[in-house]
Amino acid sequence: MDGIHDMGGMHGFGKVEAEPNEPVFHADWEAHCLALNRAMGYTGVWTIDQTRAGIESLPPDVYLTSSYYKKWALRLEKMVIERGLAGADEIAAGHALRPGAPLKRKLTAAEVLNTLTRGSYSRPPQGPARFKPGDRVRTKNIHPKTHTRLPRYARDRVGVVEAIRGCHVFPDTVAIGQGENPQWLYTVLFDARTLWGDDADPSIKVSIEAFEPYLEAA
Amino acid sequence: MQLRVRALETVLAEKGYIEPAAIDAIIEAYETKVGPHTGARIVAKAWSDPAFKQALLADASKAVASFGLVNRVGDHLIAVENTPKLHNMIVCTLCSCYPWEVLGLPPVWYKSAPYRSRAVNDPRGVLADFGVTLPPGTDIRVWDSTAETRFIVLPMRPAGTDGWSEEKLASLVTRDSMIGTGLPKHPSEAA
Repeated sequence: MDGIHDMGGMHGFGKVEAEPNEPVFHADWEAHCLALNRAMGYTGVWTIDQTRAGIESLPPDVYLTSSYYKKWALRLEKMVIERGLAGADEIAAGHALRPGAPLKRKLTAAEVLNTLTRGSYSRPPQGPARFKPGDRVRTKNIHPKTHTRLPRYARDRVGVVEAIRGCHVFPDTVAIGQGENPQWLYTVLFDARTLWGDDADPSIKVSIEAFEPYLEAA
Repeated sequence: MQLRVRALETVLAEKGYIEPAAIDAIIEAYETKVGPHTGARIVAKAWSDPAFKQALLADASKAVASFGLVNRVGDHLIAVENTPKLHNMIVCTLCSCYPWEVLGLPPVWYKSAPYRSRAVNDPRGVLADFGVTLPPGTDIRVWDSTAETRFIVLPMRPAGTDGWSEEKLASLVTRDSMIGTGLPKHPSEAA
């Protein structure tokens, strides 16, 4: 979706302000929010792309004015309610009022260290890769209302395939419950002038990781 | 938010979806085990061991697999090398993708609108915000993490560190130097 999350190239957000000696968490609830999200992800009720889509569908004003972990908390509340895993009345009460739904699995403390790594998103290909390194490609001019990983600033632009990264779960379909639909993934390199116009700094190049359905031969 | 998150945690625990002890174990792991010290060790080894450096640049996931991490790194890690001609910078414009296994949790600025919006069209300005000016003639390459591939920058080894141990070298490797918004520390700042 063409949402507020798609920030690449926007103006007006000001300087990057780094906090010296930043702590891992700024408050206890941030730590719990992260851990709750990890533990619920482990149960298999949703995929990483569905959680990204959950954040992206927060109202734009909420997205811009909420801290990172607040967005995670709001997303988690929203998703457990949407999936019928808990009721808004229960969250408001702070206690379960009905029994839980059966889930595939539950994260135990003993298992935690084995789950800190990310899963693999590689999948067997459905067919041969259409492009190879060195190929000129044009990104498609698409504006799906649902989740996509093709950022706006890199749509309808000509770039060069730099590398093939294997065949991966396709976020655009898995996010809307239409299956993993594995697609070839490429690193596609753009000249800054292609993205930002003739006045852009010619010594800058930007790459995206682009799934094959985002690309056509140029 | 404290009360709101606690309410959610209580409900999810009472429903039987989560185990409170697992929540505590996750928090402890991120506070004490996972962090940029891992990435710093990887960089220091690459600076010291040419064969490891070659393996790292060829297939970073494989190269760091035996690195004494708490666990296997996900299989899509890519290391990108800075040179006198090229400076790499990592961003995720769409959300906050970051190589957690080797750098820990991302800092707030990495997830912020200013960084995500400007890294791709004004990387030199972003570097200036961090007090970094690259030598003239250095090109910049920005990597937007738009899929499940994750990137770590292999910064240039500082001059004047010949014969240093990996441990001492690692003390020069900052988190920001592995994201590309900073440079390694000067040898006089070694731990």
